[in-house]
Amino acid sequence: MTDRPNAPLLEVRSLRVEFETRRGPLVAIDDVSFSIAPGEVLGVVGESGAGKSLTGTAIIGLLEPPGRITAGEILLAGRRIDNLPYEAMRRIRGREVGAIFQDPLTSLNPLYRVSDQLIETIRTHLPMNEKEARARALQLLQEVGIPGAAERLDHYPHQFSGGMRQRVVIALALAAEPKLIIADEPTTALDVSIQAQIITLLKRLCREHGTAVMLITHDMGVIAETADRVAVMYAGRIAEIGPVRKVVQEPHHPYTVGLMGAIPNLGHDVAALTQIEGSMPRLNAIPPGCAFNPRCPKVFDRCRVDRPDPMPVGGSDVACWLYGEGR
Amino acid sequence: MVAQRLNAILDSDLWWSFTRSKVVVGAAIVTLLLFVAALIAPWISLQDPWDPGALQLINSRNPPVWIEGGTWEFPLGTDNQGRDMYSAILYGLRVSLVVGFLAVIFAMVLGILLGLASGYLGGMTDTVIMRVADVQLTFPAILIALLIGGIVRGVMTPADFEAVAVYVLVLSIGLSQWVQFARTVRGQTLVEKNKEYVQAARVIGLPARLIMLRHVLPNVMGPVLVIATINLAVAILTEATLSFLGVGVPATRPSLGTLIQIGNGFLFSGEWWIVIFPGITMAILVLAVNLLGDWLRDALNPKLR
Amino acid sequence: MAQETVLQVDNLKRYFDVSKPWLSRVLEGGGRQVVQAVDGVSFEISKGETFSLVGESGCGKSTVARLIVGLYPPTDGSIVFEGVSLSNPAERARHPEKQARMQMIFQDPYASLNPRWRVGDIIAEPIRFRKLLEGGAVKARVGELLEQVGLSARDAEKYPHEFSGGQRQRISIARALAGRPDFLVCDEPTSALDVSVQAQILNLMKELQASLNLTYLFISHNLAVVSHVSTKVGVMYLGRLVEWAETRTLFNRPKHPYTRMLLDAIPDLDMSGRARTPVAGEVPSPINPPSGCTFHTRCPFATERCRAEVPQALSVDGQNVACHAVEEGRLPEWRGLAA
Repeated sequence: MTDRPNAPLLEVRSLRVEFETRRGPLVAIDDVSFSIAPGEVLGVVGESGAGKSLTGTAIIGLLEPPGRITAGEILLAGRRIDNLPYEAMRRIRGREVGAIFQDPLTSLNPLYRVSDQLIETIRTHLPMNEKEARARALQLLQEVGIPGAAERLDHYPHQFSGGMRQRVVIALALAAEPKLIIADEPTTALDVSIQAQIITLLKRLCREHGTAVMLITHDMGVIAETADRVAVMYAGRIAEIGPVRKVVQEPHHPYTVGLMGAIPNLGHDVAALTQIEGSMPRLNAIPPGCAFNPRCPKVFDRCRVDRPDPMPVGGSDVACWLYGEGR
Repeated sequence: MVAQRLNAILDSDLWWSFTRSKVVVGAAIVTLLLFVAALIAPWISLQDPWDPGALQLINSRNPPVWIEGGTWEFPLGTDNQGRDMYSAILYGLRVSLVVGFLAVIFAMVLGILLGLASGYLGGMTDTVIMRVADVQLTFPAILIALLIGGIVRGVMTPADFEAVAVYVLVLSIGLSQWVQFARTVRGQTLVEKNKEYVQAARVIGLPARLIMLRHVLPNVMGPVLVIATINLAVAILTEATLSFLGVGVPATRPSLGTLIQIGNGFLFSGEWWIVIFPGITMAILVLAVNLLGDWLRDALNPKLR
Repeated sequence: MAQETVLQVDNLKRYFDVSKPWLSRVLEGGGRQVVQAVDGVSFEISKGETFSLVGESGCGKSTVARLIVGLYPPTDGSIVFEGVSLSNPAERARHPEKQARMQMIFQDPYASLNPRWRVGDIIAEPIRFRKLLEGGAVKARVGELLEQVGLSARDAEKYPHEFSGGQRQRISIARALAGRPDFLVCDEPTSALDVSVQAQILNLMKELQASLNLTYLFISHNLAVVSHVSTKVGVMYLGRLVEWAETRTLFNRPKHPYTRMLLDAIPDLDMSGRARTPVAGEVPSPINPPSGCTFHTRCPFATERCRAEVPQALSVDGQNVACHAVEEGRLPEWRGLAA
């Protein structure tokens, strides 16, 4: 492992994920490339079926058959991790890459105390004895803001509320001080008031620990508050990727423009929301050319034939022929 | 329209999972062959084993054709009445299948109605039906069948009883099976009734009876079909057991179980064919139906996909 | 325009018994446990309005919706719909024509359509059940409804699984409209949908409201959506309405500390750099709700009185608030969202 300064912590190159079905392979992720720098928060947004969660799953090596990576590379700190055997990948999960999932209830084993689960994770990855690990578990719970952490350490998951459980899950993900955390819809199952608490917590912890985060969500609001850069995914591809301020306030891809206009905003009174006609294509019916072309208000001939790759436009990379050669 | 339907079937996941397993296809073919054989028994049998006039004692206990003393007239030998085993098996298969099907249908209808009512209406209805089911479960199926058979036998003359014996069997086997249907339907109903499409039907104002039959019932039929298939095998076996114990169908119209019971008496005197051939037929039938049931259960269970 | 009242709800209550079974109570001790899901809610909805109920999960907003359409009988209180009392199952049974005037749209587009039925039959069910039309007229009406919600008349032949979530929600709306109701209860109709599809559905609902003169009761946890669709908004907390007012008023001058807290928690899309105050604490269990004002455990302005006495709603320039701090005038001015 080489520690070059400014080298990306995570690099995904031309990732392709397919699902084998009886009617032939379905391409769920198609030629997706991006990188995350140490300490950076990359937001990945998209509607359901865009492939955002699948990208996260592919990175932590938890794709379930019939899904598999059929092309591309995933590099963590310069080392390929997409072709590692299961055992080697298991050691990386937790130690170098932590994960936070949507439903805090299913991420914790209901049969074990929170302390058991924390200590087990800590001792799997760090050379500590039981007593040291327990001390660290307590420190983690305090860090994620659980009141009365010392007493609550030995409680079972069901004794925590939804928000508190998600804090425990964050503590678990942070247990071995990973360099990267993949957070898949970490606040979706929570109430608005609790969401804000969890987002603030996640931001603070990552800043303090210098942890990079891949934040997968469908909620633009969460991204706008948290991320440094954003990747907008549509039908298995990246439509637009760039700094959060650029993407949210000056979106270039017609899909991103539509998405931003579709979100009701408290500050702005509008008679009708911008709507993107139709819905995301199913995986077995992705149109040729740009996958967005049937719904795009600015579609022209080339969009129906050629598939655009991300190209630099005003600080972002946008996969749209509007910004292509000869336009 | 028909072609469309057929296409939809050939394109469905169920058909696909069916064609994937050779064992299941084999089981389906065997089951189908046995059904057809039972259906057309009068045309492919060599004699009418139910007609006492066609039986001659002089032909009794003949061995199968490939053993010395056997003739092509009785390819699988004869029993102690001079009945051709091959024909008797075909007719016996008929009885076994008729009893099995009717019993399962009876149990299914009863179980679905009680299960739906229990799950959808809840409260007192639920408590009463489920307690009755609990009590029923503490009696083994055979005991219930024996009990009912015994009562009917007690109040009827033997001649009358012979005429209704099949229905008594259907009733007793059916009664011993309804609990399983009712419990499954009740559980599924509890899940379905909280789904929003049922609530939507309630907001429309549909009465409970219509909601149960039109909305809930079609959505609980999957598991019911699985149980029905597996219970068909159980019902056939129960019928055979009862007939073997001598409380089933009368010996003049033997089912497979009756044939096995008859043959049992001659097993040690060397006439093994009387018991072995009906036994093999029975085993193949039950195995094939069970394999189909197992496959159906897995194919309809989304968790195993 | 004279404001004709469509729905009037007064002191509506619904308690759920969540006790363990009798035998366990006897063996393990412990008494009955009751969840006060809705605890004395009163409001009115006028013709053509969209009245929204907002609140976090467990605040009782969905229960109110279900009480109004008759999926649960109320424990106490009255529901008067178009001048007719529908406060209990007997009254509802006596007025099937009133029940037919109200319909409901549900949250989960995957569970709200019977998977075994063709779309045409699903939509035709209210028409056939009430014998509103017969024969070919039913089919024509179904086609008309499908086109009204932005689908094609040919879609009547298909099954629900052939449609996306947004299209299914359109089918749900078509079914709700089939009996020509004038009052729709919408329980989180877009929260299971993606934003671009949510925009389609919200726009469709607004268009239908205008063209068919519909009245909506809209249930949602999303304040931004609520501010977009409603004319009036009620904020619920632990089974009670804590504040209700015209939408503009409520969002510009929120009075109740809980309303302010919810507004503060909305993610900032404008990226104005506004520092969000994360809300402290969590919603207490509705089984043993806090005494007095149920919000006092999370309220920065709570006093002894708040802990002891349930605040009554008082009306200040058309805005209704149930809060002691407002009554005593010791609540600071709302500094506004952009501050």
